[in-house]
Formats: sequence, structure tokens, C-alpha cells
Amino acid sequence: MVVNFKEEKLANKVKQTVGQPSTEVAKNIVYDTRNLNLWYGDHHGLKDINLSVYENEVTAIIGPSGCGKSTYLKTLNRMVELVPSVRTSGEILYRERNILDKNYTVEELRTRVGMVFQKPNPFPKSIYDNIAYGPRIHGIKNKKILDEIVEKSLRGAAIWDEVKDRLNQNAYGLSGGQQQRICMARCLAIEPDVILMDEPTSALDPISTLKVEELVQELKKDYSIVIVTHNMQQAARISDRTAFFLNGEVVEYDQTDIIFQTPNDQRTEDYISGRFG
Amino acid sequence: MVSQKEQKTSSVQQLIANSRNHKTKKIVEKAMPTLLFSAAVLSILTTFGIVFTLIFETFEFFKRVSITDFLFGTEWLPFSGKEQLFGIWALIAGTLKVTLIATIVAVPFGIGSAIFLSEYANEKTRRIVKPVLEVLAGVPTIVYGFFALTFVTPLLQELVPSLKLFNALSPGIVVGVMILPMITSLSEDAMSSVPNSMREGALALGATKFEVAIKVVLPAALSGIISSVVLAVSRAIGETMIVSLAGGATPKFNFNVTDSIQTMTAYIVQVSSGDAGYGTTIYYSIYSVGFTLFIFTLAMNLLAQYISKRFREVY
Repeated sequence: MVVNFKEEKLANKVKQTVGQPSTEVAKNIVYDTRNLNLWYGDHHGLKDINLSVYENEVTAIIGPSGCGKSTYLKTLNRMVELVPSVRTSGEILYRERNILDKNYTVEELRTRVGMVFQKPNPFPKSIYDNIAYGPRIHGIKNKKILDEIVEKSLRGAAIWDEVKDRLNQNAYGLSGGQQQRICMARCLAIEPDVILMDEPTSALDPISTLKVEELVQELKKDYSIVIVTHNMQQAARISDRTAFFLNGEVVEYDQTDIIFQTPNDQRTEDYISGRFG
Repeated sequence: MVSQKEQKTSSVQQLIANSRNHKTKKIVEKAMPTLLFSAAVLSILTTFGIVFTLIFETFEFFKRVSITDFLFGTEWLPFSGKEQLFGIWALIAGTLKVTLIATIVAVPFGIGSAIFLSEYANEKTRRIVKPVLEVLAGVPTIVYGFFALTFVTPLLQELVPSLKLFNALSPGIVVGVMILPMITSLSEDAMSSVPNSMREGALALGATKFEVAIKVVLPAALSGIISSVVLAVSRAIGETMIVSLAGGATPKFNFNVTDSIQTMTAYIVQVSSGDAGYGTTIYYSIYSVGFTLFIFTLAMNLLAQYISKRFREVY
């Protein structure tokens, strides 16, 4: 349950000595969650969450339905506030500032922290306008710059070649997998610091899923990614660290290898071996 | 165990077989399409009947009055002793003035309140405001007419001293108030049916609530909103009681809104309520005016259809 940073660093070092030269410095913390509690009305949705998200890593959050994994993700960009009866306590430090502080403007946060949703949700506009939407609302009007952003983002989401000849067509004409990559490109267009992904492949077929997973690996170089997934193999494949949530608590949070090979907690082992969930 | 189960199923099957239900079903299934078809035919025939009467009587009118005088004339003097004049533009001007004022009043307020209700209001406010709007839509137009003549006109006369007792401004504003709930209600429906996932998509990019409303929800609901406006405008064109009471009975072709006017509908009311005998030119003139009105509303409806197709953002 309690993350032991020393051990983790040690484990890192051991790996490095085996694999590559140990030039890697200690990774920067992007999100530092401290004693986070959250209630939906009377329901205690998140209980004493303590969790750190590191720069340029993929952090996976797994757990059975209703365990609070999506809720936690949505707290990271405060989308959870769209539910009227939500209350929170504790702190989430994003780049050392508490985002749960009332003075933290939520638009500023969401400009730095992008999100990809469970179901592809492009706007009913052209592909171009979908990608340009974010830059436009943040005041970028220059057509040439927008063109560049659109191309760069679509390339970044590995969908440029598929759509470059039909940028003016409605995004809803694309397949589900393509739509999801459009949504990722839309998110990349404002060059966020962090990308939150809420089960981004659960509505996609296996091939599209694979493409999105490859993309996540690619994006990790420039972005920090937090991904919620109910697919444990996916977490094992693409993440560096995994948190296992159960009934609103973090049962275990560690490097993905450790979680999937030698978990400390019996409940984690039961879950990953498919005994429940 | 097995036989018991079999017996049970077979007994239900027996009950079904014995029931007389399927006989009545058969009859209903046979009779229903015919019944429903005749209902459809009846309503279509009625429409055709009305249009046919309109065309037939309008034709009769044009035997007496030259069609070019009608289409290009700007003076409407059917009751003058020496020479009757039937220039439709004098009536069209009255109708257009009222419609335009009504639109200017109703569109910004209607869409504004729709945005408020759909994007900002909480469930409680919506539950109170929507029924109130529906009550507003249910007020008989004669009451609105009275309200225009006895309340709005005197009030406006305080502000605009040159305003006549009968004018275009006051009924225009009141017609605007009358069509407002229609625009609000239909536009709100269109905006509420925009999926929440789209709002979330925009919010997650750092958009403010207003940016979401204007740049995501409004465009996505645009076809519904435009249809609501066009529908409301065609109601304003066809509105009768308010303009009869508060607009006056002097058709004039000008752009003055403080002066007395007459709309197409008000003219029909004036003649139908007993000023002209059957078979006279004046009698036939109401059909020609009615036909013109029909063309106007038909054009509006076609426009609504075209626009809602053209601007539909498919999601």
C-alpha cells in the first residue's frame, strides 16, 4: 500500500546496471496526491489516496468497475466537478501547486492537462476544425500556424496519412479507432504536459487498440500519461507503473513489473490472476 | 423432473392455443392499416381542398383585377368609391414590419434563454422555467392583442411621442413575446440533445463554459435552432388577432413603424367580419391575400427544411 520510494529507486538502479548505463537521474514528479478523499453525496468514492505520477512515464490505473479509478483520473483535471454533489479533501499537487485550491483556475489546469475519453467524442465538425478547436479557443488565429499545428498533431497521433486528403470532412465519417486518434490529436494540438486517458481503447477493435497502444508508447517520450484501463494485459504491456484500486483505495502502487510478477498484497495477486473483477 | 417441466410448458402452450386472443388480433391486424390509411388520406385531402379553394377563388379574383397591378402595386384601397386599388405590397409591408420587429425581439432573447436553460440553469430552475414558458405559449392571442393595445402602446407612447394609437411597433413587440417561448423551447430541446461527451471534450481542452456553449453546443444544435426560428417567424407572419387589434386598418407601403398599418391577416379579418358581400371583388380579394400568405408560410417552411439539412452537424 505505502509506496517505498527508496526501494523503487533501488530497483531502478539494479535494472540500469544490468541494462543501460546509469545516467538516469531521479524522475520529476508531475502529480503528487496527498490524502485525497472524495465523496459523491454520502458515498465515499476515494479514500486517502496517496500517489505520485512521474514525468515521461505511463502510469496505469487498474481495478474492478466502481473502484474509483475513473473518478481519480477525473480529479486530476477536475472534470469530476461536473457532478454537482462532489466534495473533496486533501491535496493534489500538480507541478507543486495544489489544483484543488479554489484559486487554481480550472481552465488553466485543463490547458496543461489533456484528456482522452472512453468513447471517441470528436466534435461534429471537420477533422481540421476538431484539431484546431483547442488552439483557437486559446487565441491562436493565424491560419498558417494553425495549419502547422493540425499537421503536427495529426502526425503525432499517427493518423495524418489516413486523413490528410480529407481534412475538411466531418470527423464522424471516420471509423471508431480513427475517431479516437483524432481525439488524441485534438488533445496534442495544445501541447499539454500530461495526457489523461480514460479507458481509451474499451470501445475499439483489437487492431485499433494496438495502434492506440503503440501511440501511447510513442507519446510517452514527450508527455506524461495516466491511463485508466480495465484490461490488465494492456496495463502490463504499456505502463511503467501501475496502481491497483479497490473500493476507493489504492491497494498497491509500484512498478508495473513488480505489480504483475511479485505483488505484495494478496488482493492485487487475486485480481491480476483473475480471481475476481 | 423433466416430464413435469414439459407438462408445464405444454399447458401454457395449450392456454395460448385456446385463447381467443389471436382471433381478435387477426381482425385488428387486418383492419388497422385501412383505418390508419384513411386517416392519412383524410388529412391530405383536406389540405388539398383548402389549397384548391384558395387557388380557385384567387383565379376568380384575377379575372377582375389585373395580376400585374396586384403584384407590383403599392396601394391597397379596396373600399374607395371611385377606383379600387389592389396593390399587395401595402399589405405585405405591414406584415413584414411586424414580423421583422417580432424577430428582432424574439431571436436574441429566445436563443439567449435557451442557452441559459440548457447550459447554465440547474435542474431545479429548468423544472420551474420550462412550464412557465409553456403557459406563456398557451395564452390566447386575443389576450396578447389586448395587452398590446391597452398596455404596450401607451407605455411606448411615453418613450416615442410620435407613436400613433395603432402602429407596427407595439404589435411587433408583442408578437415577438408570443413567439419567444417557441424559440426558447425548441432551441433548448435542440441544445439539450447535444451529447454531454462533446461538452466534456471541449471542457477538457480548457474551454470555458461560455466557449463550450457558443463554439460546441450552438453549432451542433444549429439546425434545430434555425428551424425553431423559421417556424416562429412563420407563426409571426400568420399571426392575426394581435395585429388586428393593435396594428390598425390602414395599409401603407412604407418603412415607418410608428404609423398605423394593416397586415395581410388583419385585412382578411376585416373583410370576413362583414364589410363585403359574396361575389364582390373585395370578397374575392381575401382569397388572393390568403393565397399570398400561404406562399409566404410555405416558403418559410421550405426554407426551414433546407436550412436544417444544410447545417446539420451529424453526430
